[in-house]
Amino acid sequence: MIVSRFKKLRSAIVATAGAGMMGILPTVAQAEWALNLQRPVTEIARVQYDLHMLIMYIVTVIGIIVFGVMFYSIAKFRKSKGAEAAKFSHSTKAEVLWTVIPTLILIAMAVPSTKALLLMEDTTESDMVLKVTGYQWGWQYDYLEEDVSFFSKLATPQSQITGNEAKGENYLLEVDNHVVIPAGKKVRLLLTAKDVIHAWWVPQLGGKKDAIPGFINEMWIRADETGTYRGQCAELCGKDHGYMPIVVDVVEEAEYMAWIEAQKNKS
Amino acid sequence: MTTAVADHHHDEVPKGITRWLFTTNHKDIGTLYLWFSFTMFLVGGAMALVIRAELFMPGLQVVNPHFYNQMVTVHALVMIFGAVMPGFVGFANWMLPMMVGAPDMALPRMNNWSFWLLPFATTLLIASLFVPGGGPAAGWTIYPPLSIQGGMGVDLTIFTIHILGMSSILGAINIIATILNMRAPGMTLMKMPLFVWTWVITAFLLIAAMPVLAGAVTMLLTDRHFGTAFFSAAGGGDPVMFQHMFWFFGHPEVYILILPAFGIISQVIPTFARKPLFGYSSMVFATAAIAFLSFIVWAHHMYTVGMPLSGELFFMYSTMLIAIPTGVKVFNWLATMWRGSMTFETPMLYAIATVALFTVGGLTGLMMAITPADFQYHDTYFIVAHFHYVIFCGSVLAMFSGVYYWLPKWTGHMYDETLGKVHFWLTVISFNITFFPQHFLGFAGMPRRIPDYSLQFAEFNMVSSIGGFILGFSQLILLWVVIKSIRGGKKATAEVWDNPEGLEWTVPSPAPYHTFATAPEVR
Repeated sequence: MIVSRFKKLRSAIVATAGAGMMGILPTVAQAEWALNLQRPVTEIARVQYDLHMLIMYIVTVIGIIVFGVMFYSIAKFRKSKGAEAAKFSHSTKAEVLWTVIPTLILIAMAVPSTKALLLMEDTTESDMVLKVTGYQWGWQYDYLEEDVSFFSKLATPQSQITGNEAKGENYLLEVDNHVVIPAGKKVRLLLTAKDVIHAWWVPQLGGKKDAIPGFINEMWIRADETGTYRGQCAELCGKDHGYMPIVVDVVEEAEYMAWIEAQKNKS
Repeated sequence: MTTAVADHHHDEVPKGITRWLFTTNHKDIGTLYLWFSFTMFLVGGAMALVIRAELFMPGLQVVNPHFYNQMVTVHALVMIFGAVMPGFVGFANWMLPMMVGAPDMALPRMNNWSFWLLPFATTLLIASLFVPGGGPAAGWTIYPPLSIQGGMGVDLTIFTIHILGMSSILGAINIIATILNMRAPGMTLMKMPLFVWTWVITAFLLIAAMPVLAGAVTMLLTDRHFGTAFFSAAGGGDPVMFQHMFWFFGHPEVYILILPAFGIISQVIPTFARKPLFGYSSMVFATAAIAFLSFIVWAHHMYTVGMPLSGELFFMYSTMLIAIPTGVKVFNWLATMWRGSMTFETPMLYAIATVALFTVGGLTGLMMAITPADFQYHDTYFIVAHFHYVIFCGSVLAMFSGVYYWLPKWTGHMYDETLGKVHFWLTVISFNITFFPQHFLGFAGMPRRIPDYSLQFAEFNMVSSIGGFILGFSQLILLWVVIKSIRGGKKATAEVWDNPEGLEWTVPSPAPYHTFATAPEVR
């Protein structure tokens, strides 16, 4: 319903924009008007998604109540409709009520949030360790137990960025060397940076974490399903901050082992 | 000789450029502040349009990434330090002495200086865009090590912040001195209009927070040029320490930008609801509570920096707490409207829009307080949408409300109501076209501060850019309304509105050059 309305709006905008913009029509046609967080594929991302939906429902209800009272007042208590102003200027009962109820809602929110944080920060008992190093402007990945290391940089050609060539499907979200991790394994990430602060973020795999020069941060991932997941640097890191994507291939364990062997033989 | 000049000064309004250069009159200084603020609003707005033009579609069309980053940085600095803060100081100068029944500000010469620091400071900032290496490009948060890499533009920015901070602290001292010492007999603290209350609390926030920023940027300066390593791990320092210092200033700063706005709409809503403000004392206490809490929540701006679990929990709980006093304020405004007898002149429209849209920003803020979810929201367009709902809809719309509310008192003429309403509807509708879609962009995974984006973000960015241009050009209507009201129009009465409360409505419109030479009696 909403989507179809957006589609109409889209065609209206495209129509009014006229012939000068014909060049971007193909890109417009394949877009999706996404409205919500990307589909989670790890436990952490799922917990984040559920908390996000819960808090969003709560604030939506609060918003509807506030807006409801406001629009009711605007419609009803108008001078032009002969409304007489009341004289009251406080009500202890109401004030206690609207202090206590929000407090209870907040406590109700704090409980699952605390649980989620405890889960996210527990990096123990991991199956493997992957070191991620941000630099201007790309990522370096070290499989610490396997002696495998490589760089991963933007693969989108400059001509697509400047508009001399049609933009590909994964415009700005494609790299030369994908990171590969096995499905179902707890991967502990150690994040650091060479020059300035970066942040490693693949939305479907969970939250982001800063990569800070001279310090090591950690986070963990356990992907439930195989697939290719894309993300970007999320901390302003200079001129090409918008051009340092992340691509993670989650594969079955056997495939992962084969890939690691191949990498070792390469070097 | 000095006495003669002073006497002359009291007789008539000085003429020419020296009136403005040497003025110690709170109304003149207020006018200077307000014009300065509006000018910076247009300058910062022009930069926003550069940003929106580049983001109109994927790919690089208008500017290069480095210049884009400069625009993002300088837009924010100009709007926060050039438009919003001086704007509220302008309101404070014009209105506070009249509201508390004082003849002028307590420290009039310092008042002149705190204004005249501003044009020099912002000139340095704008000039930074033209030096080799360009202006600051590390975001308004100027995090090291990125800001260490920048050229001379970063140094100019640091000096800008020093001077602006000095100006803010001087202004804050003046406001506190005026409010605490110069109230008319009978004007007890708990009788002060809410705008006065919010400003005295804001002034204390300024005095506490600005020196921390000054310290942080000074350390940045010595790291850049004098071989220190406060923020460099290689030298034993810590880049994250800068973030802690920055946000120890930065979060109170958010309330410095919003509390005077709360004050303005707490003046406007009762007038047009024809009903006293609901819960005056709870408003005062809620303001004080927000101010206190603002000093213990700073690290919620940096959840992803790798804090210990206990730190994340502490900042999550303390941040959630802020929702309570903020909620009290919103409910009090609603209760003031409830069973009132409302009319909807432009100031009231803006006040209602402030409450409604600030609530949207407040609620998205509550979403971000939930740390695990914020690991997804952090540094995305969701954040960009959130703080524009808070700062534009909270602070700027409230300032518009205040401008329309007091303009007849300032100029002596009513403004053009039709134009005012056109300005209102264009602003509010185009604001939502611009920023509402950015919530979706953030959810879908678009990071902030990028000049180019992948294709799934194309539609909403285009919508947002179209809204942005309408929003930008709509502000010229305000300029037109103000000029029209200065040049003429229907004469305003002393009360202007229907039986409004406050000492400012007891003096004629326009307010005489000197008011309350003899203190009024407050019952």
